Amino acid sequence: MQELDVFRADARHWLEANCPPSLHGAAVSIGDLYTGGRNPKPLHPDQPAWCAAMASRGWTVPEWPAEYGGGGLSREQSAVLREEMRRLGAPSPLFSFGISMLGPVLLRFGSEAQKRRFLPEIVRGEIRWCQGYSEPNSGSDLASLITRAEDRGDHYLVNGQKIWTSYGDEADWMFCLVRTNMSVPKHEGISFVLFDMRTSGVTARPIKLISGASPFCEVFFENVRVEKAHRVGEEGQGWAIATYLLSHEREMISGLGSQINGKALAQRALEIFGSDVDGKLRNGALRHSLARFELDSVAFRITLAQAARARNAADLGAMASAVKYFGTELNKRRNELHLDIEGATALQWDARGPAGEAWASDWLRSKGNSIEGGTSEIQLNIIAKRALGL
Amino acid sequence: MPLLLTEEQEMLRRSATDFLADRASLVQFRVWRERTHEQAFDPELWREIVGMGWPGIAMSESQGGAGLGFAGLGIVLEQLGRHLSITPMNSTVLSAATTIQLLGSAQEQATLLPQIIEGSLTFSLAWDERSHFDPFRVATAARSTAGGWLLNGCKRGIADLSSVDQFLVVCRLTGEAGDREGLGVFIVARHAARLRIEVTPMVDGRNCGEIVLDGVELSAEALLGGGVASAAVLERLADIINAGLAAELLGISEETFSRTLRYLKERSQFGKLIGSYQALQHRAANWFVELQLARSLVQEALLALDAEPGSPLAKQRSALASMAKAKASQVAELATNEAIQMHGGIGMTDAHDIGLYIKRARTLEQAFGDQSYHLDRLASLAGY
Repeated sequence: MQELDVFRADARHWLEANCPPSLHGAAVSIGDLYTGGRNPKPLHPDQPAWCAAMASRGWTVPEWPAEYGGGGLSREQSAVLREEMRRLGAPSPLFSFGISMLGPVLLRFGSEAQKRRFLPEIVRGEIRWCQGYSEPNSGSDLASLITRAEDRGDHYLVNGQKIWTSYGDEADWMFCLVRTNMSVPKHEGISFVLFDMRTSGVTARPIKLISGASPFCEVFFENVRVEKAHRVGEEGQGWAIATYLLSHEREMISGLGSQINGKALAQRALEIFGSDVDGKLRNGALRHSLARFELDSVAFRITLAQAARARNAADLGAMASAVKYFGTELNKRRNELHLDIEGATALQWDARGPAGEAWASDWLRSKGNSIEGGTSEIQLNIIAKRALGL
Repeated sequence: MPLLLTEEQEMLRRSATDFLADRASLVQFRVWRERTHEQAFDPELWREIVGMGWPGIAMSESQGGAGLGFAGLGIVLEQLGRHLSITPMNSTVLSAATTIQLLGSAQEQATLLPQIIEGSLTFSLAWDERSHFDPFRVATAARSTAGGWLLNGCKRGIADLSSVDQFLVVCRLTGEAGDREGLGVFIVARHAARLRIEVTPMVDGRNCGEIVLDGVELSAEALLGGGVASAAVLERLADIINAGLAAELLGISEETFSRTLRYLKERSQFGKLIGSYQALQHRAANWFVELQLARSLVQEALLALDAEPGSPLAKQRSALASMAKAKASQVAELATNEAIQMHGGIGMTDAHDIGLYIKRARTLEQAFGDQSYHLDRLASLAGY
């Protein structure tokens, strides 16, 4: 306990001295966080310095081992650090798929050389990663992927196509699922490889969604050379790695739901519809929907906190699926409620909410929440199989 | 995703469920539902429960209780739901003992609580006057007389009517039905003169009914705490009861889920186990997720009851109690409806146990406010 207090004092002092005041308290949505990379595009001029300062202590990824550049903090210390950051209003210094997806995979499956090379770069935000998973004919049935990696001795020659690659046009490197063996059952012939997006034969093309522009890309591979040294795990181990990683992705996506605040919605509804003499919203049906939404969002928040505490439980997979399923469905409900509250205005492309939110494109974009990272139906399949034994 | 229990709570849960499975489960329920009009519960069973200390679970050690708080009581109530156990835990412990703790004078508490703990006195709370719970819509009048009080009115929905020794009757001292202030709680013995008792058989097979107070004369000491009960205290009382009922509803949802899951793995049609069909798998998986959400809210609401006064969690008490009751009710509806549907025709028969749970679930939901009551309250508490 005392050690933790010493740590807290140190963290508080250091954060106060090193977090640029211009960033304090800036309400930052995930999309506005600093993403690093070879060609960083900071939305605020002080973001790179803040990231570098945090990285110097390994605090961009507080719980990773110090030998790979991480903070080497215990879970308790990491919680204290988060509390102190919140207290100061310090934003998260770096948001990257390297941290949330690839890092956990390398720590568990990577070779020593891979850990030493790639993890410190991730900690410092120097390399921005993208994920090469889905293919045009392999969505829910991801294991049916056909992007082929042909054995050429010390390297593979990769041919095929990926789709729904977030930031495929901006990322520096890709972690990618490829088929290294065509003659074994589909789950056994997949490998997990890493390569530079500047490699000859890699082409990324952005995809426009019903919500407008998007970070998603199609990525094409034509005779792309991938070093065997950049294969993570054994040949054919890719599916085990992919499912391990997907459970991290699901938790991240479901985090969308945890930021939901039913009261803010109700406040807007009161401004638009007014209230009766008892202070009740003048639209009974909407009031009922809001109360149900508020209740479910609180229930979800508590469940997420419990899921985090029970992280070591054997049913991590089912847990991640349950949280992903409900969190994304809840986020869709929130967006539909926005439409109910704002009415036709919310359908104007250029209309903006009080916090600058783009109702129309946010609403349309939310429809993808229950598709990406494994559809709701796939999550229900996983729960039925793993948690219920059906 | 199991509820995160402490070692002590886990021991309590296990001993409660083992005991109830043996002594107060479906077999005993089927016997007792045939004779509810003479006796509300089995006195021998109640003696055994008293012997295990359950009436004092939520009470502090200085009061002679176990000091496990409402979180501890909630664990037992959840198991009562699982086994459809017929006991006076809801009437005497959750409702009445709590009323006495919140409203009774130090002397009344010192006299009455030990009798509840040792099983020599049972109570039921008489609050409702209409078909929907409405805490301040109380018309039953208490008029001050020279020697004490004169009570006139009618109360309904009183649990364990035929067996309890005394009633705690919520009455109006001043103002009109609907006023938040001016209420008080009176202790009325079941054999009081000019008190009429009428059993109204309910679908859940429990003993329940009405009392008519037709000029019941009481001494001055019959008013609990010697004065009016503030709206804030009555709200707190209802919050505690609702969180407890939510725990029992959760137990029903859990039990119907595990029984139905077992059935999905036993029953074959078209040459395959019905649990292998995706149409049922997805519904079962959704049910599983909803169960976790209900469990989260019930647990949080119980924790809020035990939280340090003034703490952030304690301040959320009313909202959490209403959320827990509304969610537990919604999920119990889902659970008991799905349980019957997935069992098919056999689930509609009285001979099969699965159909018994839906009846208890709905009476629990109605008691102290159904989903729409609590959603309405939640919205008002949140200011919309």
